[in-house]
Amino acid sequence: MGLFHKTADALGDKLNEKLAWDLDEAAVMADDAVAFSLAGFRPEDAERGGYSNYSYWRATLRAFFRNKTAVFFLALMGVTLLFTFIQPLLPNQKDPLLVHYGEWGLPLNNVPPNDEFWFGTNSIGQDLWSRIWAGTRTSLFIGFSVAVVEAVVGILAGVLWGYVRKLDFFFTELYNVLDNIPQTLLLILISYIMKPGVDTIIFALSLTGWLGMARFIRNQIIIIRDRDYNLASRCLGVPTGRIIFRNLLPYLVSVITMRMALAIPNAIGSEVFVTYIGIGLPVSIPSLGNLIQTGRSLMQMAVLRYQLIFPVAVLAVITISFYIIGNSFADAADPKNHVN
Amino acid sequence: MVKYILKRVLRASVTLLIIITILFSLLRLMPIEGYFENFDKVSSTEIQVKLNSLGLNDPLPKQLARFYGQLLHGDLGTSNIYRRGVSINTIIAEKIPISVKFGLISFALSLVMGLALGVWMAYSTRTRFRIGDKLGTVLIVVVQAVPSAVYHIVIQFMGSQYGGMPMLFAEDNPASYILPVLSLSIGSTAYYAMWLRRYMVDEANKDYVMLARAKGVSSGAISRRHVFRNAMVPLVQYIPGSILSTLMGSLYVESLYSIPGMGGLLVTAIKRQDNTLVQALVLIYAVVSILGLLFGDILMAVVDPRISLTKREGAR
Repeated sequence: MGLFHKTADALGDKLNEKLAWDLDEAAVMADDAVAFSLAGFRPEDAERGGYSNYSYWRATLRAFFRNKTAVFFLALMGVTLLFTFIQPLLPNQKDPLLVHYGEWGLPLNNVPPNDEFWFGTNSIGQDLWSRIWAGTRTSLFIGFSVAVVEAVVGILAGVLWGYVRKLDFFFTELYNVLDNIPQTLLLILISYIMKPGVDTIIFALSLTGWLGMARFIRNQIIIIRDRDYNLASRCLGVPTGRIIFRNLLPYLVSVITMRMALAIPNAIGSEVFVTYIGIGLPVSIPSLGNLIQTGRSLMQMAVLRYQLIFPVAVLAVITISFYIIGNSFADAADPKNHVN
Repeated sequence: MVKYILKRVLRASVTLLIIITILFSLLRLMPIEGYFENFDKVSSTEIQVKLNSLGLNDPLPKQLARFYGQLLHGDLGTSNIYRRGVSINTIIAEKIPISVKFGLISFALSLVMGLALGVWMAYSTRTRFRIGDKLGTVLIVVVQAVPSAVYHIVIQFMGSQYGGMPMLFAEDNPASYILPVLSLSIGSTAYYAMWLRRYMVDEANKDYVMLARAKGVSSGAISRRHVFRNAMVPLVQYIPGSILSTLMGSLYVESLYSIPGMGGLLVTAIKRQDNTLVQALVLIYAVVSILGLLFGDILMAVVDPRISLTKREGAR
């Protein structure tokens, strides 16, 4: 809106200038019978009025990058993510599962951070530095998978629920039942029944994760489904799929991205939780959850506290970054905030 | 009103029935080791005898019917591993008071602190530098973004290391209550503050508030009598649920401070694989959360007479 006003103002100024100039000329040519001359038709003038260089994504990005806190966390997260994936390719990295032995054949356990082991070693002599990055990879994989499932299933169910009137009753009842089951409970139950592993956790979290997204999309679609522009599209014979993808979903892009961004720290937190109560990932698969869990049991010994502090710090950086980026992006993607 | 409550109760009981059935059927998939104290030493005939006596080899509908029969008699079964042969009712009766005591203290604390913080934040959005709003937002972001596992650990660590608090719970030491209560209440404090601020700011921008201001009503009276009361309506919905859920305790905090309550019991039952205990606790958990939602909806309808089931049907 603001942009439009600006263009209109600029146009108005030009017009005033031209008028003033015309008037001057009219004063000079006072003899003329007509005080106002015919402007005639100029194609460039005619086109200028209807033109705006507004682009949704450019405006979104501009609004996002104006938020300095968000940019800082974006950079921080970008570096962390990049490092997580290139870390195994760097020289002199150790295997996260390899137990290191000293010269007497004894395992180098609980070595405090030094030149050789940057973050020290754990109680059986594995390198904590490489375990933390391997764990971050596992946790991020869980987070991203859950977010993708949530987006795909949530959007699909939400669109069907909102757009197809016949399915409304079915989905509403399904939602009422599923939403009443506490997510922690389901998580515990599924992890208890199934074999602990990455896929179990992803499955348990995806089982109800899509509900919130589906409900939100359904409510929004019901609100905008029958607006005039959609009615017009329907009357013009636009296929339903096209209406959904071109008219409805772009409207919801900000919330979908925000929910995805928030689902990632949420999933990582849940993984930490199930590992904490003892039904999460086995120690052979390093994850932030079991690193924190082992670190926690050593918390009482001040010398070994580094085993808790390092994974907690990495976890905090990742979750806070995702949270702040998700929220700022949602704000930036709202066209109401594109006003300068 | 009565019609609304009846409808809501009916709906909740149907939901409860469905959920218990689903959970019970899911729980049949539990590994059978969880019914024996020392599974490795038992011969396969003994296993079959035990499973038969527990009725676990019957078809699912039959088991379900028997289970509902027991449930209606208030019988949750007996523990197999955690405390062998002791009925689960006895175990739970010992645990619930501890969890409820902790839960109610921290609920009261978080309600008081959360509402105060929320009002302060909402008030501060109208002041020049919005200091209260900014400070509160930082707290809320931290609590929301940092997984609860982490801040519980940080509180325990900081409190015991620098605050001189005892690290683990001891029944007769009042100082050992402080850290768990703080841990338990900080999450919901941030939650109450966040929503109260949101609703109060929204409410304060409405036309009737402007009218009251124009009439010359003092801003204190507007906040107290109009804005706060209307902003509380959506929050009231969560209060019965919060009170009821104190029955279940907190999984994290109780096992972190070794408080012998319900939350810690579920964790122990899972770790020791005591199937009947897990089943009973899971069902209580589900019942508590559904009743919490039900009472929340009813309380909200009592507080705000504009709410009716027909209106809310789409939104929920």
